[in-house]
Amino acid sequence: MCLAIPVRVLSIGVDDWAEVEIGGVHSRVSLALIDGAAVGDYVIVHAGFAINRLDLEEAEKSLALFDEIARRLGEPADALHQRLS
Amino acid sequence: MRYINGFRDGRAATALSRLIAAAVEPERDYHLMEFCGGHTHAISRYGIQDLLPPNVRLVHGPGCPVCVLATPRLDGAIELARRPGVTLVSYGDMLRVPASRRLSLLKARAGGADVRMAYSAAEALAIATAEPRRQVVFFAIGFETTAPATAHVILEARRRGLGNFSVYCNHVLTPAAILSILDAPEVRDLGRVRVDGFIGPSHVSAVIGSRPYEYFAEEYRRPVVIAGFEPLDVMLAIRMLVEQLNQGRACVENEFTRGVVRDGNRKAQQLVAEVFEMRPSFEWRGLGQLPYSGLRLKSAYADFDAERRFDVRTRPAPENKACQCPAIIRGVKNPTDCPIFGTVCTPRNPIGSCMVSAEGACAAYYKYRRRVPAKAG
Ligand code: SF4
Repeated sequence: MCLAIPVRVLSIGVDDWAEVEIGGVHSRVSLALIDGAAVGDYVIVHAGFAINRLDLEEAEKSLALFDEIARRLGEPADALHQRLS
Repeated sequence: MRYINGFRDGRAATALSRLIAAAVEPERDYHLMEFCGGHTHAISRYGIQDLLPPNVRLVHGPGCPVCVLATPRLDGAIELARRPGVTLVSYGDMLRVPASRRLSLLKARAGGADVRMAYSAAEALAIATAEPRRQVVFFAIGFETTAPATAHVILEARRRGLGNFSVYCNHVLTPAAILSILDAPEVRDLGRVRVDGFIGPSHVSAVIGSRPYEYFAEEYRRPVVIAGFEPLDVMLAIRMLVEQLNQGRACVENEFTRGVVRDGNRKAQQLVAEVFEMRPSFEWRGLGQLPYSGLRLKSAYADFDAERRFDVRTRPAPENKACQCPAIIRGVKNPTDCPIFGTVCTPRNPIGSCMVSAEGACAAYYKYRRRVPAKAG
């Protein structure tokens, strides 16, 4: 039940139903539990209901951090520790 | 797919693995409990334990919703399903969970009961709408993640005046379970289980926020780091926990900033507060009766409460003696400690609840067992 991934909202219909897409697969989820979702947003879905919007700015920050960690793989650990603390 | 694959990058995982190894103090052990079944699954799937130094041990917690449902409650669902005119709608994973007397919802269905599988609470409501002559009961299980959806369909049923829809409510609360782990004699007195810190759940926290953990981080001096479900999320959270433990801190930190804020999802919380109230006590598999750990419908919504409509009574049910699920749920044992793991008990023929759902520790170990060391502990 918990193994969910973020999906992108393609369109929003009546009664908070939305058409969503992930990796080319389309499905329908309910937006009834969240406020203010718009087309193009990513939402986190759990058992057919969106439980939150994905904060893209925060997602990008995390990805940038992981990117940096990966790029500096060869460097001594100390340099990276500073970046993380 | 950027927001999935980006969090599974192998090079970053290797780098994090090195960082963790460099950060740990060699003379101490770090016992970290992942509360949530979603994390248990990710840890097995990506072999995360193998990427950690030997003194960092992951302990599996009670956060698999299917695993923690007490047998008497499941027996109650089977009893409901067998009533004439009743259609019981359940999340798919529940169908194969063994109940008393070797029964399961699947077997009840084979015996003529009308049991249907749903992916979402909304499907149960749709069945009730489409089949007004059936009494449709939604078998609601799960943590704070699924409770808002159940609340929503109850409100919808009332709005539409659906007289043939009700909910058999088994929703449970995460903070209560974490407290019970911390208060358990194995942890507090016997020292058989050590939990130095918690990897906090992603989706539960998306709903309840990070605030509810602040109490026991402080009170019990255990750091909590909320983590996403992807492998890099879990690795970074472990790195953050190690750091806190090294510094002697016990704070709530959030690795999963893209999905969790301190206050959580207010709308979902309001729906839950409108429809549900806490039960004074609720039984969990493995953890026993826990005070204020489960939800029931408020009396204003009694018309939609299957327990009242059908007068469901629960009776104590003995656990299967061979099955170690109760100890696994408490973090005392590992699946490989069970004598019938992978032999008698397999996902095709589950003997205990932990072998059924993908989030169950036994099922996760079985599926990915090539990556799991033969004996952990
Ligand atoms: S392997 Fe099966 S019987 Fe053993 S603890 Fe796990 S679920 Fe129970």
